[in-house]
Amino acid sequence: MTTQTKSPYAVDERGFYGRFGGAYIPELLYPNVEELQKNYLKIIEQADFQEEWRALLRDYVGRPTPLYFARRLSERYGAKIYLKREDLNHTGAHKINNTVGQILLAQRLGKKRIIAETGAGQHGVATATVCALMGMQCVVYMGAVDMERQKPNVERMRMLGAEVRPALSGSRTLKDATNEAIRDWINNPADTHYIIGSVVGPHPYPDMVARLQAIISEEIRKQLKEKEGRACPDYVVACVGGGSNAAGAFFHFLDEPQVQLVAVEAAGKGIDTGKTAATIARGRIGILHGCKTLLMQTPDGQVVEPYSISAGLDYPGIGPLHAHLHDTGRARFLAVTDDEAMEAALELSQTEGIIPAIESAHALAALKKMSFENDEVMVVSLSGRGDKDLATYIDYFGRRS
Amino acid sequence: MNRLQDVFLQKQGNLLNVYFTAGYPTLHSTRPLLRALQAAGADLVEIGMPFSDPLADGPVIQDSSTQALKNGMTLSLLFEQLAGMRDEIQLPVLLMGYLNPVMQYGMERFCADCEKVGIDGLILPDLTLDEYEREFKPLFEKHGLAAVFLVTPQTDEARIRKIDALSNAFIYLVSTASTTGTKNAAQSATEAYLQRVASMQLQTPAMVGFGIKDRSGFELACRYTRGAIVGSAFIDALQGASEEDFPALCKSFVERFKSPVSTT
Ligand SMILES: Cc1ncc(COP(=O)(O)O)c(C=O)c1O
Repeated sequence: MTTQTKSPYAVDERGFYGRFGGAYIPELLYPNVEELQKNYLKIIEQADFQEEWRALLRDYVGRPTPLYFARRLSERYGAKIYLKREDLNHTGAHKINNTVGQILLAQRLGKKRIIAETGAGQHGVATATVCALMGMQCVVYMGAVDMERQKPNVERMRMLGAEVRPALSGSRTLKDATNEAIRDWINNPADTHYIIGSVVGPHPYPDMVARLQAIISEEIRKQLKEKEGRACPDYVVACVGGGSNAAGAFFHFLDEPQVQLVAVEAAGKGIDTGKTAATIARGRIGILHGCKTLLMQTPDGQVVEPYSISAGLDYPGIGPLHAHLHDTGRARFLAVTDDEAMEAALELSQTEGIIPAIESAHALAALKKMSFENDEVMVVSLSGRGDKDLATYIDYFGRRS
Repeated sequence: MNRLQDVFLQKQGNLLNVYFTAGYPTLHSTRPLLRALQAAGADLVEIGMPFSDPLADGPVIQDSSTQALKNGMTLSLLFEQLAGMRDEIQLPVLLMGYLNPVMQYGMERFCADCEKVGIDGLILPDLTLDEYEREFKPLFEKHGLAAVFLVTPQTDEARIRKIDALSNAFIYLVSTASTTGTKNAAQSATEAYLQRVASMQLQTPAMVGFGIKDRSGFELACRYTRGAIVGSAFIDALQGASEEDFPALCKSFVERFKSPVSTT
């Protein structure tokens, strides 16, 4: 798309969205980050990059993913509900849209080695997958606690040929895995590319990952035009951890004010319980992983470990684009508890025959918190499938019955 | 002119800058360590403000930060501990740490409190050159705080020149592309880099840090710069020590790097 006048939601030349974003990095990372800042747009916009990326998305990932009209769910809620089926991507989530793009970029920058962080393991698996595809060395950092909680994904990454290194520092979860990946990058400045898994980190990562995930809304527009005769729905709803599936689902609607954007955070046990991952509801502006954004932290500025039943939503920060969408009121932010998400997952399973990832179930649960007119059209980003969460579902519903 | 600029002009010979994390090994180690390091003949001291997510640090300093936070260290408490230190501490003292805790404390209040207790300079690794120039330079200057920036083997000449122009105390040469405490890189690579920077004839003195553990590393640094910063090796030495041990421990630690000289 050509950009006419600059969108108020686009990143500026210093990497900021309003008061959020930037690149607060130690000098040690400066050459790496500067190289990316100077090259990412040039590379992503090249015809040969676009061609190769789109061919892989089609033939390898399985895009376009369907925009499925959920008839029974729609009847129940009294709106036209479409599900954007990112769960049908290869490896089971939207994460691979980003990793396919970034590995092509890494190749064009002459990098030989890939590192990544992962929480639940979905981004780690998506990274290990494209590294296998391209024959590149892959090291994935994962919190020691998460490795214990998400064993099958650890084994998947290993089977794909990646080395999984436990992050043993701090709280031993996603934020610490991210610290370790950044430290690895500091120690390997020449040959290594760091594939961040969401729209977080220093500029240009938030913009770069958003552009690679923007394929989601690009397809929604086309598909909705065919099905409804209009490209713009009334609502787009997506869950937010770091915010990459939401950024991708919102991207081509940001400057269409008639489209209401709804971002759904994980409230965990409840936003007032201290066991929550609702960064917009509970965070204060701060700096983590090179990015100024809303952050869960103590009054002294120590980063607090978030909690959610879904391992993919418990990042203590949020992408700077989303913090800005909240500031400006462009998007509405809702918080959904563990229980509400689990209920919504069960509902989707039994009304549509689709078992969603627990992350995606947070977006579905938001339907209960919204009111709509009968013919309003809404698109829910079904960011991933529930296979990885089966043990959690069994445990949760088993304990309840 | 503050104590920090002064030390490079007044003292002859090699300068040893020792880093420790506030709140480590115990919550109230800060003042006793300052006294012991001064008595032992350290030339400068850097006090680390612990953060939950110290990106540029290796395991030793990470662990000391985690322990310090567990011990209950906060910025407010650190300023309480440092209040009145200038009655007894003549060494230049810098604070080093990450932006987030400082930002929550409030940058203006932080700088004012630094001045009040007698801090001479700041090393904030995730405060970029750009951001410093754009936002904070006048504030630092108003409170007499020198900004210390890092240079790495990957930093190009133009950027080093820019850092030199913006610096008013010393430039922190990171020995190798690594986090703190990493093993010495191939000595020859380090030496070529130090030589390259030395040949640029910068106006600001330089010190070398990251991975300096012993006399040979210190002396290599001193061949090309004014001295070195030792952090992880000191934290290692502090492990398990209590306040009574500090004077002897600091004395023998400083002597690992420099021969004893009178400090008066
Ligand atoms: C299926 C799924 N949805 C959503 C997320 C959250 O990430 P983001 O907010 O970047 O879309 C994850 C993260 O692991 C995920 O696996």
